[in-house]
Amino acid sequence: MKYLCLVYLEEERLKEVQDRECQACGDAFRQSGVLVAAEALEKVATAATVRVRNGRMTVVDGPFAETKEQLAGFYLLDARDLNEAIQMAAKIPPAREGSIEVRPVRELAP
Amino acid sequence: MAATDPIRETVNDVYQAESRRVLATLIRLLGDFDRAEEAMHDAFRAALEQWPRDGVPSNPRAWLVSAGRFKAIDTMRRLKRFDSLDEPGRTADVAVVDEAAWADAESVEDDRLRLVFTCCHPAIAPDAQVALTLREVCGLTTEEIARAFLTPAPTLAQRIVRAKAKIRDARIPYQVPTPAELPERLDAVLRVVYLVFNEGYSASSGASLTRHELSGEAIRLGRLIVELLPEPEAIGLLALMLLQESRRTARTSPTGDLILLDDQDRSLWDRDQIAEGSRLVERALTMGRTGPYAIQAAIAAVHAGASEAAATDWAEIVGLYDVLARADPSPVIALNRAVAVSMRDGPAAGLTLIDAILDRGDLQDYRPAHAARAELCRRLGRTADARASFERALALAHQGPEQRFLERRLAELGHG
Repeated sequence: MKYLCLVYLEEERLKEVQDRECQACGDAFRQSGVLVAAEALEKVATAATVRVRNGRMTVVDGPFAETKEQLAGFYLLDARDLNEAIQMAAKIPPAREGSIEVRPVRELAP
Repeated sequence: MAATDPIRETVNDVYQAESRRVLATLIRLLGDFDRAEEAMHDAFRAALEQWPRDGVPSNPRAWLVSAGRFKAIDTMRRLKRFDSLDEPGRTADVAVVDEAAWADAESVEDDRLRLVFTCCHPAIAPDAQVALTLREVCGLTTEEIARAFLTPAPTLAQRIVRAKAKIRDARIPYQVPTPAELPERLDAVLRVVYLVFNEGYSASSGASLTRHELSGEAIRLGRLIVELLPEPEAIGLLALMLLQESRRTARTSPTGDLILLDDQDRSLWDRDQIAEGSRLVERALTMGRTGPYAIQAAIAAVHAGASEAAATDWAEIVGLYDVLARADPSPVIALNRAVAVSMRDGPAAGLTLIDAILDRGDLQDYRPAHAARAELCRRLGRTADARASFERALALAHQGPEQRFLERRLAELGHG
């Protein structure tokens, strides 16, 4: 089963985790065969939010979150069950600075 | 029909004794809580039909598990057949059950532990962990749990449904944690058990009878965990619960007022529970790796060992609080230690420690801190300070008996 591990971090804490550390974490996941995909994200200020209402598209900057933590990156992992996914999420370096949300991937209905 | 009545009684007895084990194994075999529950009820229904005719099987539990499994597979087959009417392309693929797995005695014995750890999984909301554990492990009905927690039954039912959906959708595994995960996961289980106990122990409202049963349920649960996983903290928690429960009748007056430990009629304490609790404390302490539950139980055992309040070994209790404060350096523990110091060294020594805690900004809104400060001021003759602290405590009290107790204390102060 696939689990998306969403990395949340306060912007000023981004620098506490070195890129090469995240690189090494991704490499280790790849070597053990559990990594489906992983990317770091640009700061939330670079984001645009798209909506379609009544067939009309609107674009605004944002997202505007109440919390200071923002989505900083993700790892898409293939795990046996939630326990294994949690064990792997604990190895993601920003876990010690921010938090990792572990979300099961839902299969779309055929 | 009279001839079948003893059988009906036997089935009932087997249900009381075995239904949770049967359910635990069926969940493993069928991989789904709801399917397992349905299968278990089908199995007991089959027992009511067949045992009067064929006699009670020599191993009723194994009979029920295999009957439940058979019924569930039968149901799945039928559902598949209906499905395939709509979708002729699909093959009728019935869940394959590993025959070896269910016959393995060790797996079967572990099933109840799997069930406990799954219900108390940290990914499930804490109040849902409690509800699910009482429902699945203890076999209480949703209505019983709702009554005990003073929660509307539909709210509770929904909590349980959501928790089961999460187990399925997030794929929370039905397993005993690995040794590396065990300490943290066992903590979570013990926290649920102690929460259930305290919910029943700190009875505050009219429904005290059902709440008393909740404490009994927690103790039963504690026994089960000790039986399955005799870790020092599991033993410590069971000891702590028994020692606290031993004082139940002595801690409230007939009118429902709270009676402090010092003022309790110790002849009302349950000697059997004290004896068992004290034995368990010793067992936990000699195992090493002593944790907070075992130390708290040891403190409770020292109280239980004193024939009267004046005979309490406060030096021993302060020593145990020192150990506890190292294991769990929280302000609440520091407060309890301060009270013990006041009993050993006099109220002034205790008051210095409590004021230090409050000056640090800790426990500002914690009623027992202000109540304890008030008591020590009163004993030192500092009536105005005592009144101020009692009033602060009273402002923070919610429950009827606590409120009445503080009001009584305030009135006793008089005008000083």
